[in-house]
Amino acid sequence: MSILVNKNSRIIVQGITGNEGSFHTAQMIEYGTPVVGGVTPGKGGQIHLDKPVFNTVSDAVDKEGADTSIIFVPPRFAPDAIMEAAEAGIQVIVCITEGIAVQDMVKVKAYLKNFDCRLVGPNCPGIITPGEAKLGIMPGFIHRQGTIGIVSRSGTLTYEAVDQVTKAGLGQSTCIGIGGDPIVGTTTKEAVELLMNDPETEGIIMIGEIGGGMEAEAAHYVQEFGTKPVVGFIAGKTAPAGRTMGHAGAIIGGKADTAAAKMEILEAHGVHVVQSPAHIGRTMAEVLRQ
Amino acid sequence: MNLHEYQGKQILEQYGVNIQRGYVAETTEQALAAYHKIREQSGSDVAIVKAQIHAGGRGKGGGVQLVKNEDELQQVAGQILGMMLKTPQTPGGLDGAGKLVRKILIAEDAYKPDFDSCKEYYMSILMDRERKQNVIIYSTKGGMNIEQVAEESPELVHKEYIDPTLGMQGFQTRKIAFNLGLHGQAFKEMTKFVHKLYTAFVGSDASLFEINPCLHTGEDQIIAVDCKVTIDDNALFRHPDLAAMRDISEEDPTEVEAKKFGLNYVNLDGNVGCMVNGAGLAMATMDIIKLSGGEPANFLDVGGTADAERVEQAFRIILKDPSVEAILINIFGGIVRCDRVAQGVVDAYKNLGNINVPIIVRLQGTNADIAKKIIDESGLEVQSAILLQEAADKVAEVLRTVA
Repeated sequence: MSILVNKNSRIIVQGITGNEGSFHTAQMIEYGTPVVGGVTPGKGGQIHLDKPVFNTVSDAVDKEGADTSIIFVPPRFAPDAIMEAAEAGIQVIVCITEGIAVQDMVKVKAYLKNFDCRLVGPNCPGIITPGEAKLGIMPGFIHRQGTIGIVSRSGTLTYEAVDQVTKAGLGQSTCIGIGGDPIVGTTTKEAVELLMNDPETEGIIMIGEIGGGMEAEAAHYVQEFGTKPVVGFIAGKTAPAGRTMGHAGAIIGGKADTAAAKMEILEAHGVHVVQSPAHIGRTMAEVLRQ
Repeated sequence: MNLHEYQGKQILEQYGVNIQRGYVAETTEQALAAYHKIREQSGSDVAIVKAQIHAGGRGKGGGVQLVKNEDELQQVAGQILGMMLKTPQTPGGLDGAGKLVRKILIAEDAYKPDFDSCKEYYMSILMDRERKQNVIIYSTKGGMNIEQVAEESPELVHKEYIDPTLGMQGFQTRKIAFNLGLHGQAFKEMTKFVHKLYTAFVGSDASLFEINPCLHTGEDQIIAVDCKVTIDDNALFRHPDLAAMRDISEEDPTEVEAKKFGLNYVNLDGNVGCMVNGAGLAMATMDIIKLSGGEPANFLDVGGTADAERVEQAFRIILKDPSVEAILINIFGGIVRCDRVAQGVVDAYKNLGNINVPIIVRLQGTNADIAKKIIDESGLEVQSAILLQEAADKVAEVLRTVA
């Protein structure tokens, strides 16, 4: 089964004719992802990468039955693109864009409440269901079809975890990069919940970092409703307070924001916490064997 | 982006928020001229000299002083300008080196008619990450650290959440004024103050407004005596006027230089430098340095395109730090091909000439095997690894020989 995206998804790319959009769309198609078209306002009617281009998301929904979208649009236009996708009836919206203003995301989040859709990101690597669909910018070849679900706020650290899982002889059901911004569409807890309810997922890896309360919220969920083993890692144990560490959302404001505090909460709620980022895959394999 | 107090007050003033008036000065002559203006406007000989640095707790280090006449003004201004001001928030705290004061604000005495008849409140606005809404935090306990108030008497800290689509409503401004115990003229003034302050927060795309103290004068005026303002960097594209307020002299010069090359760098106190692609992996790499017995000397994200030029600039920046005893390069090649990064490392190494700290390069992902070969056959004093654990072990080994 997997979650959010699979071989039957009907995917469009918002910003398909741009540099980033073109490059990653080609990679997605090469992976076998079911891309049915793209949207670039003013370029409707053109064909790009053998796919039809539409002026609006609504047109893409009407003509191609699109239900999933991935956004490669510069930060000042991305909030508009997210809202357009939601209004057109897209159900899964992935926003890759980094650098969206926080107050814009506050408004987007409020607007999305009116629609039955799920936003993943922004500032994220996307979602991949190995062997079926790559809805993002991750390197496809490190993944292998399997039963481990991965949730992470980071890009390359997710690839690291994926690679370790694959090298440990396991594979992935679906990997979700939820994004490194202070406001993201899908929280850690929501992503963990989706994986917990997915019959094909047998174990979950949850990678967090300093800043915010998402990991603690997920830990509470795991303790109360968890039916599968969860392995957790929190990046930034050595990060200083008050400084933004690359991701806009990675900043230690108070005590609960620190990696140590989060690891403690995870541990206390039944998550298998690894201290070293080099032990993520190994620990998952060990936990599954128990 | 952090602003100085005087810049924050400029923003507040534009939105009609009552502020403690003042003029900024960079020399004692300018300070004297500012004092004359303030004396004329306020009708009082008393003025406050406030050091303008990006750190709170300035009063504790002698950065905020009251003066009663021209002589005192000149003496205090001369003393604060150019001083290394130490506060609990400057690097190293009260025992650290402090921060150089380049500007001072000569401000009026806002406590009218006298200090004892005034009350100090606390008010801040920020975005609440859990609720995904802006929140106004306020308290009758002003003039002190709000974290301390929240710990000692949480019942005195109030929060008001603002609907993102509708904005601040009238009942909310009234609730705030009532909860602060106000009535009559002061009540009216406070509702206006809060409304204008919130409009300023949204209008300037701020991520933090902290007004502490927020003064209720004996004459029932509400005045922002101090303000801490942080603007969302990602929103500066629509605020060129605010972007121009950036004071790079307040930032770490190496971090400013790194930014020019598209590198995200934060200087830390440790002995092992690192160069990583991606922020999450960079933090994880710092953590693994610590687990290997070292301390990270920096956070450095080279971003998505780790080509030879960027790698070379990253090397230069890391090597500026004299406490660096080893460097760990950790690249997970996805879209970036590892063989290219490896070639970049080799070229950069040769361009820089003599690098006399041990380097461990861990390249994983696309073309990792070819990359390892390039490093191993380069003849350079560079150790290569493919697995993260391998890299960690090599760091530990290197640190043993350094020690």
